[in-house]
Amino acid sequence: MKTLKNTLFILLATVVFSACSSDDDNPDPVNEEEVITTLTATLTPVGGGTTITLKSQDLDGDGPDAPVITVSSPIAVNTTYNGSLELLNETESPAESINEEIEEEDDEHQFFYQASNSIATFAYLDFDGDGNPVGLEFTVTTAATAGSGNITITLRHEPSKDASGVSDGDITNASGETDIQAVFPVTLQ
Amino acid sequence: MKYYVMILCCFLFNITQSQNCNSSLYGEIHDFHDGTAISNATIFIENLNKYTTTDIDGKFSVANLCDGQITIVVSHLACETKRLEIQVKGETFKTINLEHHIEELHEVEVKGSANSKLTKTSQETLLKTETIERYSSLNLGDALKQVSGISSINTGSTIVKPVINGLHSSRIIVMTNGVRLQDQDWGIEHAPNIDLNTAGSITVLKGANALAYGGDAIGGVIVIEPSKIRLNDSLYGKTIISGHTNGRGYSFNTSLTKTYQKGWYLGAQASMKRFGDFEAPDYSLTNTGLNAKGFSINGGYKTFEQGFNVNYSYLDNEIAILRASHIGNIEDLVNAINSPQPLVINDFSYDIEAPKQEVTHQILKTSFYKRFKNFGRLEIQYDFQNNQRYEYDVRRDSDDNDKPAVDLTLKTHTLKTSLKLDAKSNFTYNLGVNAGYQNNFADPSTDVRRLIPDYDKYDLGAFIITNYRINNDVHLDFGIRYDFNQIDAKKYYLTSRWEERGYDVDFNDIVIEDLGTQLLTNPKFEYHNISASAGVSYKVNDKNSFILNYGLSNRAPNPSELFSDGLHHSAARIELGDLRIQKETSNRISGTYHYENKGLSLNFEAFYNHINNYIFIKPTGVEYTNRGAFPVWSYNQTNAALYGLDLTANYNFNTQWFYKNKSSYIKGNDLSQNEDLIDIPSIKTVNIIGYSNEKWLHFNTELQSELVLRQKDYPNNNFEVYIPTTEEMVELDISSTPPTYHLLHLQSNITLDLSKKTDVNIGLNITNIFNTNYRENLNRLRYFADDLGRNIMLQLKLNY
Repeated sequence: MKTLKNTLFILLATVVFSACSSDDDNPDPVNEEEVITTLTATLTPVGGGTTITLKSQDLDGDGPDAPVITVSSPIAVNTTYNGSLELLNETESPAESINEEIEEEDDEHQFFYQASNSIATFAYLDFDGDGNPVGLEFTVTTAATAGSGNITITLRHEPSKDASGVSDGDITNASGETDIQAVFPVTLQ
Repeated sequence: MKYYVMILCCFLFNITQSQNCNSSLYGEIHDFHDGTAISNATIFIENLNKYTTTDIDGKFSVANLCDGQITIVVSHLACETKRLEIQVKGETFKTINLEHHIEELHEVEVKGSANSKLTKTSQETLLKTETIERYSSLNLGDALKQVSGISSINTGSTIVKPVINGLHSSRIIVMTNGVRLQDQDWGIEHAPNIDLNTAGSITVLKGANALAYGGDAIGGVIVIEPSKIRLNDSLYGKTIISGHTNGRGYSFNTSLTKTYQKGWYLGAQASMKRFGDFEAPDYSLTNTGLNAKGFSINGGYKTFEQGFNVNYSYLDNEIAILRASHIGNIEDLVNAINSPQPLVINDFSYDIEAPKQEVTHQILKTSFYKRFKNFGRLEIQYDFQNNQRYEYDVRRDSDDNDKPAVDLTLKTHTLKTSLKLDAKSNFTYNLGVNAGYQNNFADPSTDVRRLIPDYDKYDLGAFIITNYRINNDVHLDFGIRYDFNQIDAKKYYLTSRWEERGYDVDFNDIVIEDLGTQLLTNPKFEYHNISASAGVSYKVNDKNSFILNYGLSNRAPNPSELFSDGLHHSAARIELGDLRIQKETSNRISGTYHYENKGLSLNFEAFYNHINNYIFIKPTGVEYTNRGAFPVWSYNQTNAALYGLDLTANYNFNTQWFYKNKSSYIKGNDLSQNEDLIDIPSIKTVNIIGYSNEKWLHFNTELQSELVLRQKDYPNNNFEVYIPTTEEMVELDISSTPPTYHLLHLQSNITLDLSKKTDVNIGLNITNIFNTNYRENLNRLRYFADDLGRNIMLQLKLNY
């Protein structure tokens, strides 16, 4: 009988103890930290002229809405632009810049630039401690003839920067994981 | 109590008599359950070395005894032997109750193996301690694959979930030491948190006929029981140590139990396992190690009539997940699938880095039982479980890799009571009720949106099962069960997702807070489920026997099926639950034919399982994000049918050589869409040839051939996707199944008897002897890497 009493006591004590630990408050919302909602590439012509912005904005992150792609104006033919990227997480207020994070771990990140129909070529302006490209700063040189095509910007996390062609900006052997991929339809005129 | 009074009376009446040796003991022996007299029971007086037996009325007498204490041992065929101390004083009378259902002693589930005589009416298989010990350093899922019809769904080689006749996860109940395991079993990469070393036996029940455990086990029930406690004064234990070449792993398990004849017992067990990166035949599987630690304490008091048990167990598993399986977007997935080997291969390491998971599971159980004469057995149990799950993703900022992406704490309290009425020899009734409360807490400090929301869940269930024994050859079983579940969640939805799902139309009333881009909602669902089972077993003669049974079961959707909402990195897909999902209903019929003759035994098990509103996940489109494109997989419901055949055959050529075959065939159809179901196990056949020789240090060896045929029946979920970097449309082949494979394994062991009570068993096992390259369809990492290469394991087992 004593054992029964003891068992019941342990049982009750556990129930009471654990029942007290629950609470009825509403859970706190989570603002996704890993999300990059906005990628803006600013292209400034070297000899002066109209600055062009390419922007991919996806305010619901991994939600169902597709990114909104905007290209401010057509790109001029036969022109070299200095380009820079800005990455933001706009789900936080104020918006958080992701650039710093990438600069701090620049050896683990690399941007890749590609253009279809040979409308432009790209070169890196910034490099990590090992002398490998990063790609937050770059140049774009446009083709001599008018036309149209896509500019694709890809950010890879932990790429194999030493693999063949990767430091020249060729993504083929880069592997790693894609953190950003945005495709901008542009016109050259 | 009245015996004490009686003895006391005898004592008082005889107090004036001087010590003499003309006293006698007489008495009656009855069946504990129904009070009937037991004839032909043997009464052995230990200290006098004297025998007598009971007559047809269960009566006995022993004359010419000296006054004083004697010890008698009462035994009877098919009864539990009982040892008693009796104070003899003059004419001493004693009524003794014997337990004649010894095979049911302390039984909570059906015991017996495919090869032993039928005890009940379900399809069941028993794994004994010796078999379990071979898998001491592996997983529950690995050990269960020894049963025909059981396969596994894996994430690598360390996350192994059992699949019973094609069904897994929430469709299977895992019972450990009487506790229904509550460890977030909904996810494919959530393996059951069981330390195999705590198991003394494992019983697999196919189908939902074991209603005592729950009404929602559409697939089946796995019952894990600790080793039986011996009721004598003893201290015993065992230690198992093993080393593995693949993964450079080692494991250690030890247990010690102290028992007292009076019924008290106390035991403790501890185990650890450590593996580094495993190896496929051609490369290292980077980041696939394992670090597991566990211990348990078990104590209590046990006699035939009453007892209690307190048990606490702790298990911590830290499991690395193949680095190359962490994927950024659909393009990465295309690259990974097209690459002949994983995209990340590093040198061997014991390090466990992201992606990884760490799961801690604790169970505290207390139970109490009492048997009432001419009535039955009552049991009350309370258990508490705490499951803490962390999952770590590769983060953009590697400093954040130590911050989990998933942090869930699941607490479950269960109170249950059952009553087994076995006073009538032909009828037994088993009835019970259970009540449960569960709380899930998703810690927001992960800074990743919750995969599973905070919720409270309440369960209430009641069942009654009848077993009717028409005669020794025919048994009937009927059972019915009612379950009520309520889930009360608080979940944030992205406003865009809320609208895309159409919830703003159907569920507008559950929004409790609007934060602009996010909505806090309070989904509350209730389910009333009825389950039923019926079965018959018929032993035609000594060679042939049959079982037929039918089971109706209902399963309420799990939190993952209702609430999933987010990006799954290892699969590069967005997984979406649906608030509209209804419970699923299974009607399963099955039949078993068993043949036994001399050295040959055959067991055929066939089943047909029709599931209405079968819940499954399938691709429903593509969504675009700043990371690129992702396929969307949504939970859906359909009507499905699963059917198949499991075969087990045994043939003993002589006392030394034997042959075994275990084969299973299963098919799954989506009846509404008229296509195949996804993730159905392949046709598999295992042939074993074995040899054992007691004279050569109890030598046993067996050579196992495992043939798994390519799964030809699968739904085509491939889709075309645009790859920006190559500017082309490619077909993403996620459906095609890996080719047929054949593996050879060897197991052998010898036993050295060190002393009467101590022996050492030395085992040498080689798996995948020829280091064959293969990929298994039900391993989710098959897209990324080959399965394991050869492993040589040496195991030392010390029993003392």
